[in-house]
Amino acid sequence: MSQMSQMSQMSQMSQNTTEFFLRMEGITKRFGPVTALSDVTFAVRRGTVCALCGENGAGKSTLMKVLSGVYQPDGGKIFLDGKEKHFSGPKDALQAGISMLYQEVELAGHLTVYENVFLGREPLRGGPFQCIDTAAEIQKVRELIEANHFQLDPMATVAELSPGQCQLVELLKAMLSGARLIVMDEPTSALSEGEAATLFQIIHRLKAQGITIIYISHRLEEVLALADDICVLRDGAVVFGAPAAELTVDTLVKHMVGRELSQYYPPRESKPGEVVFEARHLTTKHIHDVSFQVRAGEIVGMAGLVGAGRSETAQAIFGIDALLSGECLLHGEKLSVRNPTEAIAAGIGFLTEDRKRTGLCTELPCSWNITLPNYERLDMGKILSLARERKECLALGKKMRLKWRDPEDPASSLSGRNQQKVLVSRWLQADSEFLIVDEPTRGIDVGAKAEIYALLNDLAASGKAILMISSELPEILGMCDRVLVMREGRLTADLLVAKATAEEVMHFAAV
Amino acid sequence: MNKFAKQLLPFSSLFFIISLWAFLEPDTFLTFQNFKNVLSSTAANGIIAAGMTFVIITAGIDLSVGSMLAMCGMLGSIVMLALSGASWGQISGGAAIAMGGWAMFVGTLAGMAAGALCGFLNGALITRLKLAPFIVTLGSMSIFRGVSHIINSSRPISVSAYSWLDTGSILGIPAAVVIFALVLLATGFVLKYTPFGRYTYAIGSNPQTAYHAGVNVDKMLVWIYTILGALVGLGAMVMTSRASSAQPSAGLSLELDVIAAVIIGGCSPSGGKGTMLGTLIGCLLISFLRNGLTLLGVVAQIQLVAVGLIIIIAVTSDRLAAKKN
Repeated sequence: MSQMSQMSQMSQMSQNTTEFFLRMEGITKRFGPVTALSDVTFAVRRGTVCALCGENGAGKSTLMKVLSGVYQPDGGKIFLDGKEKHFSGPKDALQAGISMLYQEVELAGHLTVYENVFLGREPLRGGPFQCIDTAAEIQKVRELIEANHFQLDPMATVAELSPGQCQLVELLKAMLSGARLIVMDEPTSALSEGEAATLFQIIHRLKAQGITIIYISHRLEEVLALADDICVLRDGAVVFGAPAAELTVDTLVKHMVGRELSQYYPPRESKPGEVVFEARHLTTKHIHDVSFQVRAGEIVGMAGLVGAGRSETAQAIFGIDALLSGECLLHGEKLSVRNPTEAIAAGIGFLTEDRKRTGLCTELPCSWNITLPNYERLDMGKILSLARERKECLALGKKMRLKWRDPEDPASSLSGRNQQKVLVSRWLQADSEFLIVDEPTRGIDVGAKAEIYALLNDLAASGKAILMISSELPEILGMCDRVLVMREGRLTADLLVAKATAEEVMHFAAV
Repeated sequence: MNKFAKQLLPFSSLFFIISLWAFLEPDTFLTFQNFKNVLSSTAANGIIAAGMTFVIITAGIDLSVGSMLAMCGMLGSIVMLALSGASWGQISGGAAIAMGGWAMFVGTLAGMAAGALCGFLNGALITRLKLAPFIVTLGSMSIFRGVSHIINSSRPISVSAYSWLDTGSILGIPAAVVIFALVLLATGFVLKYTPFGRYTYAIGSNPQTAYHAGVNVDKMLVWIYTILGALVGLGAMVMTSRASSAQPSAGLSLELDVIAAVIIGGCSPSGGKGTMLGTLIGCLLISFLRNGLTLLGVVAQIQLVAVGLIIIIAVTSDRLAAKKN
């Protein structure tokens, strides 16, 4: 279904304003040159569950942040109960009856359940000292717990509660604030199956009380079972909307992924050679029994949802997370890598996903950032040769078409795409046999992406083995020879890209 | 251009202070003897400041250097006296003992070794227990001070024969100043021209990044605190030689002077920034400021106020320059 028909559907429905508790019309949000949401129109019927679906980065969170007043939209209107609203901050949205349940629970761990529920709006007893009316607090919380059949002790300390119980505390807070619309962002990601089932019952009861719910989840079966309506976002626009009853997992996935592979992937002529890297039954705190091989000249993609254990696999290989069992082999030799220092010495490179947190020393010169792991390789393991360093960096800068005034400029003076190129240069210079790149094109524009694709391609062509972790399926399908799919810490598929479809990959990732 | 301007600010303030004193007190200030005095009195602090520069570039701090200095001075002195055949009674009683050059040399090394051990302990606690350097060294500051008082029941240890570091000279330059210069050259070289130096900056700028780029962050930190400790030991022996005795109360609030010099020299307490040249200028600025004020007859209490103001002015101007950038 196209956006056009979605729009007409919306305008038809908008004539009957009372049916919709929430309508967002033509919401547009830009961050600098990036358009995160373009003309999104989205409506939720009163007392129903509407699921918001889409790939990572499709714009779901941004849309919800506009709704909750965290972001101000650059265009568009929000109607609540048929009345237009302006939220200049989260407080406004809360007052209008919109409550958010975030992925990470935000509670004060050392306080009790009832103290958390009333935090910031404690009832006062009156009189000259304005004491907190603790008895009233406990009484009210107890009533709410009983009315909703929660399994919760109002006197318990929050730090001792399970993730599911913490969610209940958040729900109590929402109810107490008189919430009429509750947004749940991946509420089941931290819950056990039993706790999730309890949550679904609670959601049904909330619906019965006339409370409207927007539900965001990557677990598609759960979404289909729970939601009344489903709205799919892709690249910051609404691409599809329909009652959940008309959909299957397959059709939903198709709408989530459905785009053509763009032109900017370089033609791949891969002739995979012998096995360079092999992981055997890797198990850490976060991943279970992950085994795969990467051959010389091969780019292997790794797909999966956020939290599926992809970066954690890289961390296990790179010596960051301790292996509980399993082993890694490079050129057939068993590695014993206990930290990144040893991993790099062994010939493994790791371009991390978070440029600011684990990638760059932003206030240090670009050249220092490039050579940081490479002194041994540049024959300056004891004493630096500043002239040689400069020469190498200038050459790399030229090759990478890095836009810097001087390699000595601090990395913070560069744009995001050039910062990413500095990091790619680092690992290019490291000349690692096996290179892991984690979200190598995150947050950079299309042109820079194409350049980085071409570089990875050249690297593979020169006989290196590359593992590319990415949340962008088209990127994986366009760049890789094979794709590994992970879900909940396990490898669920190892597919040849030539034969795989996006739908298939999503299946293994989400279902 | 901007880099040049950054170096220029501390340089020009130093130049300004020297010119000011030269103008106000030309007869006493502008003498070779006075400059020699200022440099000699800067040596001990400067040697320690060189080590502190590494620590502060990693975004750390060591508050224990003052009391560590007292303890190292006591221990080094005891070693050189014992090697010269003195009994504990003579050592503790303050008898005048003749010492051989060899004994004094080994005693100096012993002082440094004691410092290195103290620094190693600081570094090991910071990295193993994942405690803030501020907390660990706040504790060890008290411990070292206590120990230096316990060693000889709060009495000093007299080493009247240990004078070469103070009165000796190499090519007419006081030995302490020569040692200070050598330490600055060596640490400056390490900071600028070795991977060790680069790792120091990287850890201060972003320890997570450094770790992911293969820097063994914990090992580096232990080394850095150990090196500072060894330099504190060296500074302790210079100071002991100057006073002809090791005092258990030596180096009281010395950590503040040292940290002040490093910060005035352009190191950022939040890490990743600083040079050895800056630290030298910071040390000289404080010393010349004090020297000139003393010559002008300004009392010590007012000197404290002046040093405090300089610290705040230096850091503020640095901040403003960064903002402009």
